[in-house]
Order: sequence, then C-alpha cells, then structure tokens
Amino acid sequence: MSDLWIHPGMILLVGAALMPLVPSVLKKPYLLLIPALTFLRVCFLQQGTFGVIDYGQWQLTFGRVDALATVFGFVMALMSFLGTLYNLQTKGNSQHIATWVYAGSALGAVFAGDFATLFLFWELMAFSSVFLIWMRGRKESMGSGYRYLLVHVAGGVLLLLGIILHCSNGGSWEFSLLNFHQPTLAMYLILAGFLLNAAVPPLHAWLPDAYGEATVGGSVFLCAFTTKTAVYALIRGFAGYEILIPLGVIMALYGVVYAVLENDSRRLLAYHIISQVGYMVAGVGIGTELAINGVCAHAFAHILYKGLLFMGCGAVLHMTGQSKFAELGGLYKKMPWTFLFTLIGGLSISAFPLFSGFVSKSMIVAAGFEEHKLWVGYLLMLASVGTFLHTGLKVPYFIWFGKNRCQAETWQRAKEPPWNMIAAMSVTSALCIFIGSWSPWLYSKLPYAMEYHPYTSYHVSETLLLLLFTAVGFFILLKKLEPHPLVSLDIDWFYRKFGKVFLWVARKPIQATDTLVGEVYRVLGMSPLLMSSRLASLFDNHIIDGAIDQLAVTVGGIGRRLRTVQRGVLQENLLLALGISGVIVLILVLIFRQ
Amino acid sequence: MKLVQFIDFLIQRKRTVLRLCYAVLALLVIWDAIPFFVNKEHAHTDFETIPGFWAVFGLVGCMFLILISKAFGHTGVMKGEDYYNE
Repeated sequence: MSDLWIHPGMILLVGAALMPLVPSVLKKPYLLLIPALTFLRVCFLQQGTFGVIDYGQWQLTFGRVDALATVFGFVMALMSFLGTLYNLQTKGNSQHIATWVYAGSALGAVFAGDFATLFLFWELMAFSSVFLIWMRGRKESMGSGYRYLLVHVAGGVLLLLGIILHCSNGGSWEFSLLNFHQPTLAMYLILAGFLLNAAVPPLHAWLPDAYGEATVGGSVFLCAFTTKTAVYALIRGFAGYEILIPLGVIMALYGVVYAVLENDSRRLLAYHIISQVGYMVAGVGIGTELAINGVCAHAFAHILYKGLLFMGCGAVLHMTGQSKFAELGGLYKKMPWTFLFTLIGGLSISAFPLFSGFVSKSMIVAAGFEEHKLWVGYLLMLASVGTFLHTGLKVPYFIWFGKNRCQAETWQRAKEPPWNMIAAMSVTSALCIFIGSWSPWLYSKLPYAMEYHPYTSYHVSETLLLLLFTAVGFFILLKKLEPHPLVSLDIDWFYRKFGKVFLWVARKPIQATDTLVGEVYRVLGMSPLLMSSRLASLFDNHIIDGAIDQLAVTVGGIGRRLRTVQRGVLQENLLLALGISGVIVLILVLIFRQ
Repeated sequence: MKLVQFIDFLIQRKRTVLRLCYAVLALLVIWDAIPFFVNKEHAHTDFETIPGFWAVFGLVGCMFLILISKAFGHTGVMKGEDYYNE
C-alpha cells in the first residue's frame, strides 16, 4: 500500500547491518538508539495492512498490523531494548548483530501476513539465534549450537512441507485460522513446526540444552522470542484446537518435574519456560476470548519476568563464572541487588499478588474453570505450586542463601554486575511490579475487550494460601532439594546417543571383529600348535626318530597354514568366522532337531 | 550495602521472623474461612469452599511434586555430569 511504511523489525535489521560502520565512540549510544527507535515505531503503528509486495505469483505481506500482532510486537520491541541495555558491556559487534537480527526477524514473523513471509523470518530466527549459543565459546556450546540448529532446521522443513502442501491443495497463502475440524496432513505438518518452536514435549529438549549453554546476554534474548513467536503463530492458526489443552497441561507439569532435578540455574529457568509456555498452549486450546486474552497477557508478562530471571542468573554467571547451584550459595552478601531483582522475577512468575504473573496467569486458569474443564484448572494450579517452588524459592535460596558452596575464586569474583546490567534489571523489575499493580494498562492492549478483575478477595486469598503453604512444603523437604552435580537425561538423549551410536558402529564393531578374529585364531590356532609341538618334542625324546620326524613335519605344516590364515586380511577372516559360525549353527540345529 | 544489613538483621532474628511467618499463615487461613472477608460465591468447585483447601493443596502439592520428581530422577534419569562427554 504505502511505500513509506517502515517495518519495526527492519529498523533492527538495518541497524545490525550498519553496526560495523559505527565508530567506537558512538557505539554505546548507537546500541541504545536503534532498539529505542524500534520500540517507538511499534508504539506508533497504525492498524491495517502495509508493506504488500507482489513477487511473481505471490503476494508477500510484511505488515499485517492488528491488535494481536501489536501486543506481541510491543513487548518484543521493549525486550529488544532491555536486552541490549543488559548486553551493553559485551565487546565487539558480532553478538549485538546476532541479537538484533534475531529480534528483528521475530518482529518480522509477528507482523507477517502470509505463510511465505512467516517462513522466511521463521528460518532467519533460527539461523541468527544459533550464534548466541556458539559465541559462548565453550566446547559444549559448539555441540549445543549444532543440535539446536539441526532440530530447528528439521522443524523448519516440516513447516515448509506443510505450507507447500496446504497451498498446493487450494489453501490460502494468507496466514489465518486453519480449518482444524477437518485435519489434513498439511495442517499437522504446520502444527508440528509450530509446536517444535513452542517446545512442546517431545519436541522440547533443544530448549534447556541451548538456553543453558548460550552467552549471558544471548539467553536473555533467546528466552523472549522463539517460544513466544510460536505461541503467537498458534493463536493465529489454531485458536480453539482442543488437542492443545492436554499438550499444554503436560508441558506445564513436565517443566516443573525436571526443574526439581536441575542443578544448573539457567537450565532450571529454561525448564520453567516450557512450563509457562504450557499455560499459553493450553490457553490457545481453550480458545475463548478470555483464554486468548489470557495467553496474550501471559506472553507479555512472561517475556519480561523471564528476561529478568535470566538477567539475574546471567549476572551471577557473568560475575562468578558459575551457574550451578552446587557451586554457589550465600551470595547475598556480595550481590544483594541482583538477589532482589531475581526475587522480583521469581515472585512475578509465581503469580504473587501485585506482581505481573498474578494478573495474566489467572485469566488462563479461570478460562479453564469457566469452560468446566476442572482437571485443567487444578493441574495448572499444581504447576503454579511447582513454579513458586523452583523459581521463587529454589533459585534464590540456593544461589544467595543456603550453604556456601562457592570455591574461593568464585567468592572472590562475586560482586554486583556493571551498571548497565543493574539498570536493565531495575527497569524490568519496575515493569513487572507496574503490570501486576495496575492491570488496566496491560488489559487495554489485549485483542478482545473484556471485563476481568484479578483482585477479588477470593483470588487473592486463594493465591496467598497456595503459595505460602508451598513455601512451608519447601522448607520441610529442603534436604531433598540439596543440589548435586548431576545432569538429567531428557528426550535429547536419543539424538545425542544416536550420534554416538552411529560413530561407534562405524568404528568399533569392525575393529572389534578384527581383534576378535585374530584372538580366535591365536587361541584356536597357536595354542594347539604349541601344545602339539611340545607333544612332538616328547615323542621326539622317547620314540624312534624316523616316525617322529615325519609327525613334526606335519605339525609344522599345519602351523604354517594356520599362520597364513591369521595374517589374512579382514574380509578373509570375516568369511572364515562366518563359515565357522555357520557350521556351529548347523551342528546345533541338527542336535536340537532330534 | 544497606540491603545486606537488612537481610542480616532478619537472619539474626530468625526465630522471631519464623514466628511472625507462622502467625501470618494462621491468620490467612482464618481470614480465608470467614465469608465476610472472602466471598467464595464465585469459587469454581465445591471443594474450594472447604476452609483451608488451597493451603492443603499448596502444601501437599509441593511435597508431592518434590517426592515424585525425585523418585523419577532416581529411576536412572539422573547421571553424572560427564555422562555425555565420556
């Protein structure tokens, strides 16, 4: 429509492209300016359809701006700014470029109006975000990054296949609600692509693997965009698809169970992303106006409080070099403000009254109860218990209190992070409290107009009882939660082990067969040979020469023949082994048939 | 560093703080049980009108989650840290 329409994601993408040209004196202002411009652009977006480009037979729509896209775009742009502020001390351009391309393409996906544009940005997200994992620079992060990329490429292929099938069967290129009442293969493929990015079990293991291994600033970005873009895509394509309800509830509890076992603070938070996205997926499945509003509100609140939690644990990792509970503890003396901010994040995710989760999560739970899906309501309440147990209690307790497990070096390095990290955490904390305390601000941004009052006496009382008695349970079973240096196997075990099995098969059995065959001939060939030689010498000593000489010659001949066999190349040995085992099998069959 | 002093202040008075917490918990249960304060007309199910229902749910749910997860972890899911590096 209008050539002058500026895509908010484009500001970040162009900003990333120009970054190497910026002189180092202006680097920090530039890093803050571009995300700020992006955020302002989203704030002043007019609703409508913009940026339509005819490309061959396709019509690419880059700017479908409606209430749903705007609420996601708003919080993503806000998070780009906060994340960049947090990451400001990172030297060099590469990490900043990766984060901006990643955030810009997430905005691109959110405002995309057709499947082709969606797919384009979907892939760009995967290929830019993997650098945030690799740039950690550890040996493990290389592996994690490759696994992350492979899984997402596989998901992208599913999505692309689905899109092509969908459109070649007469479906529209426009990305809108799919007809899931008459499911087709195309629809299932598209759904699988979305569910993989939303980290729905069993397609979830990439998330803790990658987010626990990414750079400190990288995780703050990662936790905001990929899963929330997937939630947005699910709302667009599958709102009201009932199968998502049980999937979401399973997710919500799955993440909680693994969080109990987790020793690494950032992996624990990653498992809680799965849990929280579970609420959203279940809400999408419920699909009523209240539920969809709840999903949008929860995604909004989640991006901020989860970002805050990753900032807090990331600050500890940045300063001390440790993120494992078994290597931390008692840090409140060294990093009290980081503790306070992380606690605010923990209280927000746990939906404490006056914190952001309280006004967002309850809408999804209420929608479940209102649709008379009581099991959904109760199981999500149980997941809330688990959320407070870990993020509100376990994380702060074992990092900042509890037994001091720090090594001398860790303790010495620990102090408050640089000013920009503190600034990013304080602004995000303030937003979490503001959203929780003044709910109309968030509610006015939601796609449907509605009357919902989170602060009823019953809801406040219910939540306080639930959470405070969870704390009692935590302290009763505190010993059970003591951190141990262990890892928990998850679904990624299959593909991580498969790679090893593949290598193993390629190497080990062939070598082993060779060694085995050699050994067999040593035992079967040489030992009898030596024994018979000894016998021969006995004969030689005691029996008349002529006959004995002949025997020795014979034995020597057999020995030579066996030795040539033993020197034989692998194929020959294999063939002989096969032949021998064939004979043994034949004999056994003949014996057992009688 | 005033925040540290405040936390230390609380830790030094651990017994008092704990007593205060117990008192708050008890008061909350009582407050929740009085219909004048907490209107349970909009409760979704009958269970919820039982006094202290959510307190029991939170306590039992929390312990249940910890014990079940630990039991699950001990079925062979938890391995040494270098499990994948061997």
